[in-house]
Amino acid sequence: MLRVELRPEISNLRSASAPVLALFATSIVGAILFVCLGKDPARGLELFFVEPVSSASALSELALKATPLLLIGVGLCIAFRANVWNIGAEGQFVLGAIGSGGLAMRMPAGAGHWVIVPILLAGALGGMLWAAIVAELRDRFHANEILVSLMLVYVAELLLDYLVYGPWRDPQGYNFPQTITFPPNAAVPRLFDGYRADAGAVLALVAAAAAGLFLFRTYGGFGLQVGGASAAAARFAGFSARASLWTALLASGAAAGLAGGLEACGPVGQLNPYVPAGYGFAAIIVAFVGRLHPVGVVLSSILMSMFYLGGELCQSRLGLPKALTGVFQGLLLLTLLVCDGLVRYRVRWLSPVAAGVPAPSPPVPAGDALPSTAASVASDPEH
Amino acid sequence: METLALLVAASMNAGTVLALASMGLLINERAGVLNLGAEGMMLIGAVLGFAVDVHTGSDVLAFVAAAAGGAALAAVFGALVVGLDSNQYATGLVISLFGAGLSTFIGIPYTKERLTERPHYEVAGLSHVPFFGNAFFKHHPLVYAVIALAIATGWFFQKSRPGLVVRAVGDSPHSAQALGLPVGAVRLAAVVAGGALAGIAGAYVSVAYTPLWVEGMVAGRGWIALALTTFAAWRPGRVLLGAYLFGGVTMIQLRLQAGGIQLPSQLLAMLPYLSTIVVLAAISRNSTRMRVSMPASLGKPFHPRA
Repeated sequence: MLRVELRPEISNLRSASAPVLALFATSIVGAILFVCLGKDPARGLELFFVEPVSSASALSELALKATPLLLIGVGLCIAFRANVWNIGAEGQFVLGAIGSGGLAMRMPAGAGHWVIVPILLAGALGGMLWAAIVAELRDRFHANEILVSLMLVYVAELLLDYLVYGPWRDPQGYNFPQTITFPPNAAVPRLFDGYRADAGAVLALVAAAAAGLFLFRTYGGFGLQVGGASAAAARFAGFSARASLWTALLASGAAAGLAGGLEACGPVGQLNPYVPAGYGFAAIIVAFVGRLHPVGVVLSSILMSMFYLGGELCQSRLGLPKALTGVFQGLLLLTLLVCDGLVRYRVRWLSPVAAGVPAPSPPVPAGDALPSTAASVASDPEH
Repeated sequence: METLALLVAASMNAGTVLALASMGLLINERAGVLNLGAEGMMLIGAVLGFAVDVHTGSDVLAFVAAAAGGAALAAVFGALVVGLDSNQYATGLVISLFGAGLSTFIGIPYTKERLTERPHYEVAGLSHVPFFGNAFFKHHPLVYAVIALAIATGWFFQKSRPGLVVRAVGDSPHSAQALGLPVGAVRLAAVVAGGALAGIAGAYVSVAYTPLWVEGMVAGRGWIALALTTFAAWRPGRVLLGAYLFGGVTMIQLRLQAGGIQLPSQLLAMLPYLSTIVVLAAISRNSTRMRVSMPASLGKPFHPRA
């Protein structure tokens, strides 16, 4: 019979190699998938892993797609480390787009380029507002934040639909559900002439650094993580559970809202029903694959962005459906969870005779399913 | 009066989707497993059910395939959370995301397909009774099946020994293990059964409720079903009642849209989601009562200590 047992100790090498193994396993499953679809697997994997980094314009697109993933992902790091399950980043992203877009479409064409600052702030505020509803309902009524934040995603998307089909529709837009194209001064400035990558990428990196500083170098960040790892310990130490709930939701909401604003005023340039492209959900994968650490999230957002571009390339070059991206993204996290499980447990085949003999007593589990959280808190010498 | 009858019928129809999925989740949660993957399992069920129906023309085969698909995805979920002790939240979410991606992928050839003429169901002898005929006796067989399922589930958890075992596992896995109960196997079985029901619920959407396949067509019903178990305090009868109520909200919303009411359709379409939030907040308010009715080890990982 099969038996799953705890490993006596958790090896650092195994722990660190889990993401690499997961990526490897995803590639293998991906290659099999390509074969099943009747395509050359080498060519398919090349489109996913080589093409997106092989030219300046490809890199620019890579940065453009990684930006919202990184921003939302670092926000979710803070929330998930606080054990606050904000699953509705997609909704906060949409509210950010609505906030920024609503301001951008009213900007007079003569105003200077500074207007992008209040426009993006409006986006962050929109995301915070949407997350604040979740925080208030959890704080006051103990309503489960997973369900509330998710329901609000559907509400946000319907709100966007209402605006672009109704009051905000471009009167000269041939009845298409879209707002006017925003004036050029309301656009996020581009980094290089001729490439679409914009200042949002820089903002996202700054946000990742700020989140890292907050989590690992401030008292508030420490308290938040203690609360996430053990509510009882936090209560004992006098850390406020309410404060970390609100911090977690407002920070992740602001990040997602800013990402929405950057998307609306960057690559999209208007509001339409296609602004919510699923970045809010993909960023959940980004946060977990990045081990809820800002540095890891930078890497995983680039990887996930490659999957997006790879999916698009497979569509245009091989005639495969774009939905391949979602399959690859899900596979990556699934295999990572398996690898993480195998870091802590080993699966052994026991003969029925041996299975009857009690195994030597393994130690108590070393932590919850997010050992990196507890480990980094425990090993951080600052505290 | 007949309009009201049709509204009741439509509410039961819409509620059946939620009741099927929610009953599966109730079984999971009674065993202590919180399944955030239901939305993905429903989508897989929906696409497989539709595809099988397109190829075979058989509704029965469609539901069987959907149940198998939902159960298979649930088995992956179960292997991870029960076998390898993964975080139930994270794993469930991945299953939902993966199910959404995979169902879109599988469903691409089927977006333009239509099913053959849908059968009409009538309970012989009763379908012509005024009001009651239209309200209660012209439904898809699954509408009645889910009522039977609710009764059976209630009996199972309250009166039967295996039901007691499942509840023991969900309330205190360590005590259950000390009694010699196979905690892991019970949880895995509950997860797979729940996944099969989620798959059937998904197929009910794509085969019976709105017979077509559209990407993401489950539209959050998996999440509403999850809220329903809380709303129902983990009691099958209340799950059924809650599902019909939510079905009613959806139907009233659609009626208002069709009735040319002056509110924009998008704002009306928010109603089911908003009412879920409101109900959830109202129910969760009394945290003591929540704690009493909730399976005590819900969402907590368990690994046997030898």
